[in-house]
Amino acid sequence: MHIPDGYLGPVTYGSLWAAVIPIWIYASKKVKEILKASQVPLLALSAAFSFVIMMFNVPLPGGTTGHATGATLIAILIGPWPAVIALSIALIVQALIFGDGGITAIGANCFNIAFAGMFTGYGIYKLISSEKFKVQSSKFKNYDTETRRSSLSTRHLIGAGAGAYIGINIAALLTALELGIQPLLHTGADGRPLYSPFPLSITIPAIMLEHIFLFGIVEAVVTVFVLLYIKKSHPELIRG
Amino acid sequence: MANSKFKIQNLKFGKLWIGIAILIILSPVGLILPELLKAGGAWGEWGADEIEKIAGYVPHGLKKLSELWKAPIPDYAFSGWDKGVKSYTGYIFSGIIGAALVIGISILIGKIFAGKNGNS
Repeated sequence: MHIPDGYLGPVTYGSLWAAVIPIWIYASKKVKEILKASQVPLLALSAAFSFVIMMFNVPLPGGTTGHATGATLIAILIGPWPAVIALSIALIVQALIFGDGGITAIGANCFNIAFAGMFTGYGIYKLISSEKFKVQSSKFKNYDTETRRSSLSTRHLIGAGAGAYIGINIAALLTALELGIQPLLHTGADGRPLYSPFPLSITIPAIMLEHIFLFGIVEAVVTVFVLLYIKKSHPELIRG
Repeated sequence: MANSKFKIQNLKFGKLWIGIAILIILSPVGLILPELLKAGGAWGEWGADEIEKIAGYVPHGLKKLSELWKAPIPDYAFSGWDKGVKSYTGYIFSGIIGAALVIGISILIGKIFAGKNGNS
């Protein structure tokens, strides 16, 4: 899901940079309002978790590999806007230092994973887990004044698992769409694609089947497992 | 408000930091399992030479853009450390370097953002 340099033409990577910059600005504004100095370690912990969990490549025997992102999990723990920042930091370090995802594609990869997939996952978690659907601006808000109950019910776990599963699949679908439209957008003088050469009819099944049947399940299992672990070790981090 | 005396700064997150360290030490599993099950890289994340094998040619724009950035530690591997135990060690070092950078940047940005919001 980390699109490398060269797969997206300027129209696509430019548009996605243009989309992600206002998201970063708004997320920064939200985080400035709500983040307290004592919560900074949790932000760092979340970003580090996302970075490390993406190193666990899960093989599709004889085929490709994929991995969990932790996006929905992090949104549940620290709220969606701080999650945009934490996930983007992990993705940018991956691109700059390890060549995992391109520089031109930072906008695309952050939009897909740190914004669209994450918010979808978080939204589904809220929808399933809350009595009334109400998007909270952040879990950091009134963190230490509200009564914190360790209320991790079965419904929260189902919501988290379903959110994680659908969230990563949305990120994968966007990746497949962005790659698949390249032959339509850019062709050279010889009529051959200039960037990613595979049409939507190849990119969508190739990327979606592996996420629907394997990597999405891995994301859901990681999310539920870590929530159960945190419920035991740090129950105060999880609110209903 | 029975718990209102509880302060977030009392949390140490110690166990969770240990969890990150354990994940980094275990990270070579992310290399070994794909090797054992003969799985390649992620779909659509091939280098120019691999795409030539798959598509039969290297798209002109793809080649140009793919040469734009030379990552210092490409694919979490150090040059010459590309096989066996060395590659697993390199992977762990990459995990340490990457996690340290991510943590450092997050703390820096977090401190700037949290600036005026007090400590409680």
